[in-house]
Amino acid sequence: MKSAVVVFPGINRERDMARTLKLVSGVEPALVWHADTALPSGTDLVVIPGGFSYGDYLRCGAIAARSAIMDAVRAHAAKGGLVLGVCNGFQILCEADLLPGVLMRNQQLRFICRDVYLRVERSDTAFTRGYNAGQVIRVPVAHGEGNYIADGETIARLEGERRIVFRYCAPDGIIDPNWNHNGAINAIAGILGERGNVLGMMPHPENHVEAAVGCTDGRGLFAGLADYFRQAA
Amino acid sequence: MKARVTVTLKSGVLDPQGKAIEGALKSLGVAGVASVRQGKVFDIELDGAYGARAQAALKEAAERLLANTVIENYRVELL
Repeated sequence: MKSAVVVFPGINRERDMARTLKLVSGVEPALVWHADTALPSGTDLVVIPGGFSYGDYLRCGAIAARSAIMDAVRAHAAKGGLVLGVCNGFQILCEADLLPGVLMRNQQLRFICRDVYLRVERSDTAFTRGYNAGQVIRVPVAHGEGNYIADGETIARLEGERRIVFRYCAPDGIIDPNWNHNGAINAIAGILGERGNVLGMMPHPENHVEAAVGCTDGRGLFAGLADYFRQAA
Repeated sequence: MKARVTVTLKSGVLDPQGKAIEGALKSLGVAGVASVRQGKVFDIELDGAYGARAQAALKEAAERLLANTVIENYRVELL
């Protein structure tokens, strides 16, 4: 699996992401600067990591979404290439029109930094094949603007096309407003793009991949991706 | 030439920041505040664009960057 991690000014999770990609896939990812106009040739997976690109100026992800490298990311997605956006990366993909909707200020107005539980809604995607449908995983979140919203028609389409792949849930997998920590509509934590090759999610699976950290629930996402490309090769 | 673009949240979109400001105004005892919605103002100086061309440039600026039209409306004024 040849992956590329896009680096914008103000991003701070690119090293966590690169470390995880190397650890799980065995291949060192390329770090690609925002002002570059092309991805390394043969890139399988583009990852937009978390952080605070451009200091969250204007709107979270708004400036990064309009930077030079994003045209290459758009072209990669248009030809079916996989794109993963985590946290600020999810916000950037929404601002870049690669995913619908927007991430608003958390309902309680507080920055939330803690572990949450996610229900994996389906296992038949390149991103979630390392999990079972209905499985509950524990991963950290760290965001002030993760409250997903879109117009009613878009939400109905996301639901109808089964494009909501992660939802915030209680430890037993029940969808419960008390465990929907940021107030996202329909407890949405992660969604797929129209063609299923773009995933945006607020939580950080890359931070739960090593036993030394106390939890390896995030590993399945990266192991599943590595396996997907191994089988495709 | 100077222009101002005002970006506001569409009605119905939850505005937690506006709500917090509303609460603060009420706790200050400012009389008669019913509700507050927060928005953004961009003062833009145009270089060599007038009339319809200026309007077109500002519309493009607002739609491509200044406003996220999923949740926000914008208004352009030439000053």
